[in-house]
Amino acid sequence: MTLAPGRKKEKLDRLAELSAVHDDERGVSLWQEALRRLRRNPAAIVGAVILTVFVLVAVIGPFLVPHEPTDTMGIREGVVKSGQGLIPGPSADHWLGYDHQGRDEFSRMVVGARQTLLVGIVATLIGLTIGVLIGGVAGAAAGLGGRWGRLVDSVLMRIVDMMLSLPSLLLAVSVAALLGPGLTTVMIAVGVVSVPIFARLLRGSMIAQANRDYVVAASSLGVRESKIAISHILPNSLAPVIVQATLTLATAIIEVAALSFLGLGNPDSAVPEWGLMLADAQPYLGIRPELAIYPAVGIIITALGFTLLGEAMREALDPKLRR
Amino acid sequence: MPLLDVRDLSVTFARRGQRTVHAVDGVSFSVDAGEVVGLVGESGCGKSVTSLALMGLLPRQRGVRVGGSADFDGTDLLKLDPRSMRDVRGRDIAMIFQDPLSSLNPVVPIGIQVTEVLVRHRGMSGDAARKEAAELLDRVGIPDPTRRLKEYPHQLSGGMRQRALIAMAVACRPRLLIADEPTTALDVTIQAQILELLKELVRDSGTALIMITHDLGVVAGMCDTINVLYAGRVVETARRKELFAGRRHPYTVGLLASIPRLDAGRGEKLTPIRGSVRDVLPWTEGCAFAPRCDRRTEACVGEPPAMTPTHTGHEFRCVNPFPLSQPEEARV
Amino acid sequence: MFRFIVRRLLQLVPTLFGLSILLFIWLHRLPGGPETALLGERGTPESRAQIRESLGLDEPLPIQYGRFVKRLVQLDLGTSISTKREVTTEFLQRFPGTVELTITAMIIAIGVGIPLGYLAARRRGSILDQASVGGSLLGTCIPIFFLAYVLKAIFAENLGWFPTIGRQDASINATHITNFFVLDGLLTREWDAAADAIWHLVLPGIALASIPLAIIVRITRASVLEVLGEDFVRTAEAKGLTERTVRRRHVLRNAMLPVATSIGLLTGLLLSGAVLTETVFAFSGIGAFIKDAISNLDYPVLMGFIMIIAVVFALVNLLVDVSYSLIDPRVRVR
Repeated sequence: MTLAPGRKKEKLDRLAELSAVHDDERGVSLWQEALRRLRRNPAAIVGAVILTVFVLVAVIGPFLVPHEPTDTMGIREGVVKSGQGLIPGPSADHWLGYDHQGRDEFSRMVVGARQTLLVGIVATLIGLTIGVLIGGVAGAAAGLGGRWGRLVDSVLMRIVDMMLSLPSLLLAVSVAALLGPGLTTVMIAVGVVSVPIFARLLRGSMIAQANRDYVVAASSLGVRESKIAISHILPNSLAPVIVQATLTLATAIIEVAALSFLGLGNPDSAVPEWGLMLADAQPYLGIRPELAIYPAVGIIITALGFTLLGEAMREALDPKLRR
Repeated sequence: MPLLDVRDLSVTFARRGQRTVHAVDGVSFSVDAGEVVGLVGESGCGKSVTSLALMGLLPRQRGVRVGGSADFDGTDLLKLDPRSMRDVRGRDIAMIFQDPLSSLNPVVPIGIQVTEVLVRHRGMSGDAARKEAAELLDRVGIPDPTRRLKEYPHQLSGGMRQRALIAMAVACRPRLLIADEPTTALDVTIQAQILELLKELVRDSGTALIMITHDLGVVAGMCDTINVLYAGRVVETARRKELFAGRRHPYTVGLLASIPRLDAGRGEKLTPIRGSVRDVLPWTEGCAFAPRCDRRTEACVGEPPAMTPTHTGHEFRCVNPFPLSQPEEARV
Repeated sequence: MFRFIVRRLLQLVPTLFGLSILLFIWLHRLPGGPETALLGERGTPESRAQIRESLGLDEPLPIQYGRFVKRLVQLDLGTSISTKREVTTEFLQRFPGTVELTITAMIIAIGVGIPLGYLAARRRGSILDQASVGGSLLGTCIPIFFLAYVLKAIFAENLGWFPTIGRQDASINATHITNFFVLDGLLTREWDAAADAIWHLVLPGIALASIPLAIIVRITRASVLEVLGEDFVRTAEAKGLTERTVRRRHVLRNAMLPVATSIGLLTGLLLSGAVLTETVFAFSGIGAFIKDAISNLDYPVLMGFIMIIAVVFALVNLLVDVSYSLIDPRVRVR
C-alpha cells in the first residue's frame, strides 16, 4: 500500500484533525438554536411575513388612507342606499367600494387592521398578565413546598380550573351585563378566558424546571432560592408562555369577531374593527357579500400568521425535537 | 450450516440536507443453532441497528437503506416482505429490549401483553392462552403469576418487568433470541439474575442467542463467540476462550482495559480509550479507529484494513495488532 | 371505579360552590341590583318590593346567599324578561336542540379527526399529512359564524343540497316528546321526521365541528407521533403482532389519552360556538335566545345560561376523567 507523498500528508493531517478532542465545542443557547431553526422553517417565514405586513398596515396605514374611514360620504352623495339594496362596488376612487353606511371600505379595512391588532394585543396582555401572576405564584409556592406552599398552589389551581370551565362567550356575557357591551367588555372577556392557559403553562413549566438537574445543582451550591427562581427558573419557563401568547393573539382576534357578531362589541360602529365590520355586513350578504368577505379574510390571514409563527416557535423551542 | 448467516449487512440513513450516516457498514457474522453470540461495542457502533435490521424493525421510509444478506434457515430476512416478516418476528426470532419499563405498554395488563403473542403465533385463545401465559411467567421466575397477569407494568418491579418481557419473547420457543442490552437499565444484583435466567432458558430450549452489549464483562460469562463492532464494522471476532487469552485489536484491548475491576489494586487507574465514537475516520479512508488508536501507524490511513484470519478462526481487522501473548504463542 | 366516580363528583362541590358565589356577587353588582336584573327596567315598584322581599335583600348577606343557593338548587331561575316565561321552561324546550347540534359536531370532529390525525402521523410528511396539518391550522383561524354563512350560501342556497334554516321541516308535522328531534323521530318511529332532523343538523354541525376537528386532528397527530416513537410500540412490532393489533391496542390506546383531555376542554368552545352557529341557521336551540338575551340584557336568562354551561361542563369533564381512567390504569391507582 503506497500513497503519493502529498496525498499521504493530507491523510495524516486529517487524522490529526480527527484526533483532536472535541471539548471546545461551543454551547449554543436555547434561543439562538431556536432562532436558527425558525429561520429554516418555511411556515415560520410565511407567518412572519404575514405579520410584518399586518403590523406595517396597522401602524402606518391609517396615515395613508385615501378617505376618512368614518365619513359616510356615500350616503351624503346619494350613491349608497343600503335600504334599497344599493351599495356600489369597487371603483377607481373607492378601491373596495362603499360599506352599508356609505363609508370607504378600503380605508375602513386599513384602519380596522390597527383596531383589530390593538384589541387582540390588549386582550392577550390582560390574560398574560393575570395568568403569569397566578401561575408564577402557584409555581413558586409549589416549588417551595411545605404545607402553606402546597395550599396556596392548590387553591390557586382550583380557581384556575374553575375559570377553565367558563367559555369566553359566557364570560363576555357576564362582563357585558355589568359594563354594558363595548370593546372593553370584549377585551376583558377574551383576555380573562386565556388566563388559565397561561397560569397552567407557567406553573407546569416552572415545576418541570425546578426539578431539572441544573437547578438542583445550583441550590446544592448554595445559591439562594429567590435568585434561582428569578435567574434560572423563570426565564427558562417563559419560553412556552411566549409561544402561547403568540397563539393566543390568533384566538383573541377570532373571539373578538365572534363576540362582536353577537352584539357584545362596540355599539358604535363608526370606529372600524374587522370583527365588527364582519358582524355589520351580515344583513347585506345578499347584496354585497364582499363586505363580509374582506374583513373575514383579513381576520383569517392575520390569525393564520400568528398561528403559523406560534406553532413554529413552539416546534423550535421544543427540546424533544432538537437533535 | 449456521442458523443465521449475516453477510455484508449495511444500513445507511440519509436525511435531506445532512450527511449520509453509515450506521452499519458491512457487518458479517454467523450464529449456530443453540449458540450464544455477543455483539460488543460502544454506543453508536451499530450493534442495535444491526439487530433492528435483522428484525425488519427499521423505519420503512425513504433514506433508510439496508444492504447485504441475512440468511436465516434458508430465507433471506432482508428480502422478506413485511407480512411474512411479521410471521417470523415473535415466532422464530424474538427480541428483548433494554429498558423494560418503556418497552411495556403502560395501559395494557401484563397478561394481555403475553397472551397476544400466543394468540397471534400459536393460535391459542381464552383460558388456554391465559394458562400458558401464567406458566410462562412462572418459568421466568415471576411469583404468583395468575395475579400478575392482571397487573399493569407500573405495578411490577424493574426485574419483574424484564422477566415479563423475556416471557413474551420465549413464548413461542423461538429459534433465535436477540437481547439488546437486556440488563443495562437494571440494578446490579438484578442484572446477574436476569443473565442467569437467560442462560438457563437458552440452555434448556436450545435457542440461539445474540447478546448485544457494551459490557465485555457480561459477554465473558455467557457468549460462545464474540464479535467486537466499531463504527459499523466487525473489528475482531473470536471464540470466548481465544479472545480472553489473546486480544489482537487495539479497540478490544481498550474496551477491556476500561472496565473497572474489583480485583484491581487501589492505586491502579482505569485506562479509558481516548476521544469518543465521534472521532471516526470513514472506513473508506482507512481504519475508523485510527484517530483514537495508540498503535496507529502510517499504514492505518489510506486503505481500509481487511479482516486477518488465523487458523483458530480468530479474526481481526488491524494492520498493527497486539502480538499474541506468550502462552498462546507457545501452544501454536 | 365506583369510588373514583364518587370522589370526582365530590371534587365538583368546591367548584360549584365557587361558581355560585361568583354568580351571587355578579347578580348583586348588576346595574340596578338583583331586583332590576330579575324584573327588567319595567318592573313596577310593587313587584320590585315583592322581589326584594322574596330574595330577602334586606337581610344579611349570608342569609341572602343561602336563599340564592336554595333557588338555584330548586332550579328556580326566575322569569325571562322578554318572553315572560319561566327560564327553566324555556331552557328545557330549547336546550335539547343545542345538545343535538353539539353532539353532531362532536361526532363529526371525533369521527373524522382521530382517523385523520392517525393517518397523518403514520404517513408523516406525505401529502395527506401536510394537507391535514395545513387544514387544521386554517380551521382554527376561520371564525365559525363566517364559515357557517359560507356553507349555508354554497350548499343550502346555491346547490340546495341541504335545508337553509331550522331544525325540522314544518310540513313534516312530527310528534315531539323529548324535544330531541332525532330521538323523538326514532321513539315515535316517524323515520322521515328523524331523517329530516338529521338533515337539518348536517351543515350547522360541520360549521360547529370545524374548530374542534382542527384541534383533534392536531392533538391526535402529535400524540400518535409521540407514541409511535415509544419503545413499547417497537416491542409490539417485535412480537410480530398484526398491524391491526399494534394500531388499536398499542398505538391508539395510548395516543387517546391527551385527546380525551382535549375533548373535555372543547365542550366550552362547542357551547359558545353553538350559539353562533344556531344564529346563522336560525336553528331553534338556545343560540338565538341567548343572542336576544344579550341585546335585551335579559339577566335571568343569562344567569340560567351560565349555570347550565357550568354544570354541563363539569359533567363532561367528569365523563372525560372517567374515560381517561378507563384507558389509563395509572390514574386509577393515584
